[in-house]
Parts: sequence; structure tokens; C-alpha cells
Amino acid sequence: MPPLTTAPISRATLALFAGASGDPNPIHIDIDFAKKAGMDDVFAHGMLVMAYVGRALTDWIPQSSLKNFGVRFTSITNVRDAITCTGAIVEKDAEQKRIRVEVQATNQDGDVKLAGDAVFEID
Amino acid sequence: MISKDFIGLELEPFTTTVEAGRLRFFARATGQSDPVYSDTDAARSAGYRGLPVPPTFLFGLELDAPDPFALYEKMGVDLGRILHGEQRFEYLEPACAGDTLTFVTRVNDIFDKKGGALDFIVQETVITNQYDVHVANLRRVFVVRN
Repeated sequence: MPPLTTAPISRATLALFAGASGDPNPIHIDIDFAKKAGMDDVFAHGMLVMAYVGRALTDWIPQSSLKNFGVRFTSITNVRDAITCTGAIVEKDAEQKRIRVEVQATNQDGDVKLAGDAVFEID
Repeated sequence: MISKDFIGLELEPFTTTVEAGRLRFFARATGQSDPVYSDTDAARSAGYRGLPVPPTFLFGLELDAPDPFALYEKMGVDLGRILHGEQRFEYLEPACAGDTLTFVTRVNDIFDKKGGALDFIVQETVITNQYDVHVANLRRVFVVRN
């Protein structure tokens, strides 16, 4: 999969993603709430990083072929993290129609933010 | 420790219509420049009925439900202590702008690790559309830092 790298995640991006995705959890957008919850700062939605991986997948193979996509979030993504999404085919059936791709998202320091896989069935 | 009495609990079904404007906003907010996700003509040329719902959008759409975090309050869990642990989507039929989707979510499992330092809540969601067609299955694991 061609890798995708984002700009550093800004607070503005978190605000827009909260509105667009529908996630009202203030931990991602309200620094007062985040501090009361024991965090130093707001942090990014795991689903924002998963959305970036989704973009990388559909930039590569049309979404109409995507049958399954799942990830484990392995560490918190912070404001100003720039995300790189990578993927590699790990399984394909004899007819090359069903492929499984292992995906990963890391930040600028190589810290892994999520790991998972996607399955495509290509006509 | 969250009560295991919540295992098997089915939440109130939630029905909502996918809006094109919201999908365009989501494309912008996620840096998506592929026109199929924001231009209806491009979407139709690609064979979709309307703007397609991108791979991760269905998770957030369910949060439009009234009081989306009520379950966690009932469990005695502080919203500020929840982390998203895992998320999976199984796609059965395409979903597009204009579709009316119904979400039925069930609490599948509750367990803890590290001597109770972390609680895990597993939920599964079945999504159907206005034609009663099964559109997707979602699975999420939330981790609670105690």
C-alpha cells in the first residue's frame, strides 16, 4: 500500500473531526476537561487515526472491495503528532481475489499508534 | 470493577439518516480529497447511489443518539477515563447519503486486567438500512483506566 503521511495534528483538526464524526467526547477538544481527567492535554481520537488509515486503503483500492477493517489502538496520539499509515499484503487467495492487508499507523518518532488489518475482495 | 450484570444488555435502537453535508464535512476534516467522497456526480459515476459513507464513519454516526454516553454513566465509568482499545468494521452492503440506518448495540463482554487497573467493555453493533438490508457489523472495545 502506498504510505500516507499527514501534517502534524492540530487542535483545529480535533475540533473539526469532533464535529464531523459526531464524537462529542470533551477529552479530545476541551483542555479543562482533559486536565480534570488527569491528562496533560487533549489527545486525538483514535478514530481520526483510523480514518487516515482508511484514506490510505481507499486511495489504493476502491472502497467497494473493502469487506473488513479492524485495528487495535496501541498508544495515545497527541496534538502535533504527524501520522504515517503503512500497509502490506500478508495473505492472498489463489485467484488473487481476496487479500488481507496488515496496516499500521506511526507518529514522527516511530511510535505505533494503531495496528490491524483490512480484507478486500476484488472482482 | 464494572458490574457483569451489564453483559447482554441491548441498548435502545437508534435510527438516523446519513446526510451529504455531514459526509462532506467528514471528508474535509480527515483531509480526504478523493472527489467520490464529496462530489455526488463523482459518486454516481463510481456506481454509488449517493455520496458513499467512508470506512470509519459509521462509528461516529451512532454518537448522534440522544445521550450517547449514558451507558457509561450507568456503569459508573467516568468519560474522561475511557480509551478506545479496538475497533472493527465488517462491511456487507454499501451505505450512502440519504440512507436511513438503524443501529442496535449489545454489550458483549466486560472483564478487567492488571488486577482491576483496567476494565474492558466489548460492544457489538448491527446496522441495517431503510430496506431492512444488513449493512454492517461493528465491534468496539473501550478500555477504562481506573
